[in-house]
Amino acid sequence: MRFITLLFILITGLYVSAQEKYFTKQGYISFFSHTSVEDIKAENNQVLSIIDFSTGEIAITVLMKSFAFEKALMQEHFNENYVESDKYPKATFTGTIQNLKDILEGNNTIAEIKGKLTIKGITKIVTIESKTVIENDSITLKGKFMVTVADFNIKIPAIVRKNIAESVEVTFLLNHQPYKK
Amino acid sequence: MKKTLLLLLSISINIPIQAQELSDILESEIPNTTEYVSATFKGTRIINGHSIENRKKGILEFLISHRFGKISDGEEQFFGIDESNIRLALEYGLTNDIMIGLGRSSFEKTYDGFIKYKLLKQSKGEKTFPISVSLFGSVARKTLKDYLPENEPSFNERLFYTTQILIARKFSESFSFQLTPSYIHRNLVATTDDPHDIFALGAGMRLKLNKRMSINSEYYHTFNPLESKDVENVFSIGLDIETGGHIFQLVLSNANTMIEKAFITETTDNFFKGDIHFGFNISRAFHLQKHKTKILLTDEEKNYDTLEN
Repeated sequence: MRFITLLFILITGLYVSAQEKYFTKQGYISFFSHTSVEDIKAENNQVLSIIDFSTGEIAITVLMKSFAFEKALMQEHFNENYVESDKYPKATFTGTIQNLKDILEGNNTIAEIKGKLTIKGITKIVTIESKTVIENDSITLKGKFMVTVADFNIKIPAIVRKNIAESVEVTFLLNHQPYKK
Repeated sequence: MKKTLLLLLSISINIPIQAQELSDILESEIPNTTEYVSATFKGTRIINGHSIENRKKGILEFLISHRFGKISDGEEQFFGIDESNIRLALEYGLTNDIMIGLGRSSFEKTYDGFIKYKLLKQSKGEKTFPISVSLFGSVARKTLKDYLPENEPSFNERLFYTTQILIARKFSESFSFQLTPSYIHRNLVATTDDPHDIFALGAGMRLKLNKRMSINSEYYHTFNPLESKDVENVFSIGLDIETGGHIFQLVLSNANTMIEKAFITETTDNFFKGDIHFGFNISRAFHLQKHKTKILLTDEEKNYDTLEN
């Protein structure tokens, strides 16, 4: 009997936690570089993201080659010269919602997510603020943060230094659905 | 009490498992896509001859190519700089796979037009394919008045046709290789000994030095050369430098011309005897057509700042 109880608890425990995972593979991330010479924008709508609401943990994976630019040559240079996407195909973020309780109780809609951002093999600890919208069957995270290009070993040659901003603005919109395996 | 302990136990077992899982779940959900190899070569030319690269859709490239005289001419000719051949061209990507170009060479006042089509693309991922294959066709028309007035050739007699199959593979991030079987037809030949149809095989490679520079080299072997001229096979070596929308190619070659019918079949200088021409190709790309942003967010989604819920 005790064994069955244990089994039951284990199974329900797994079941409940499975229900608390929310997932998307069509998340949207864009970045924007503004200088007086040129504005550069790239968008990616194949971002993978998963949230576990039982722990407040989040993991995000961005495939670098999925960024679409207005100019084809920029896209080639981005992949070839700046982020070297053959060597570093993805950027990742893993973090935890610091104020999970407030968010779940509806006291706050701004989640403070602290975690590790990895681009080009370099990891930095960042805190990102994200608007959080919890609806029946979806959880949406959206917000903006700045990334300093030089922090991630992305070198900008002198000749185009006026065309590319030192920090770029990253915008995200991740609309998660319940994760079903 | 025991049940509470068991409950705590089950929770403590479940949580660490989940914590590890998230990244693994994402890893397993990454879609399996076909990824086409990019930048096998940087420019649309390896050196003199075409590479499998095209300009992407909507990009117009202005290409200025220069070949000076022979370095072996010495100081009197300022090591070849006194003399030069130039080709000016506008080349355009109609689609991502089809590129066209129009050029004009000072050598024999020749106009040329070409079309290049990417037939097969090297890829990895879901669909793997080991090589890239492009087809190239060009027509050149010589307009130099090198004939006696009573012997004026017809329009067609001044035409030359080139057909090439470009077969390339990017072996690694820093090494690419291309084979170029070539067929050149001339409507009019100088003497009856000269073949109308000439077959040649080109080989070219790119060795990447760093993110923006590579060493390229290229060789064309002609199987049935012209008889009326003392012609040589073409060997070239060059340095590619890429900056933003420009590509500079610095060239050393025994050919002083820049279109296929000329450099493959009419080169008379011998590289290894020091008859080397210095030259360069400079290209500037203009984006005539901007890539339309594929991803459309609704206005509401774009204004996420104002979206409250």
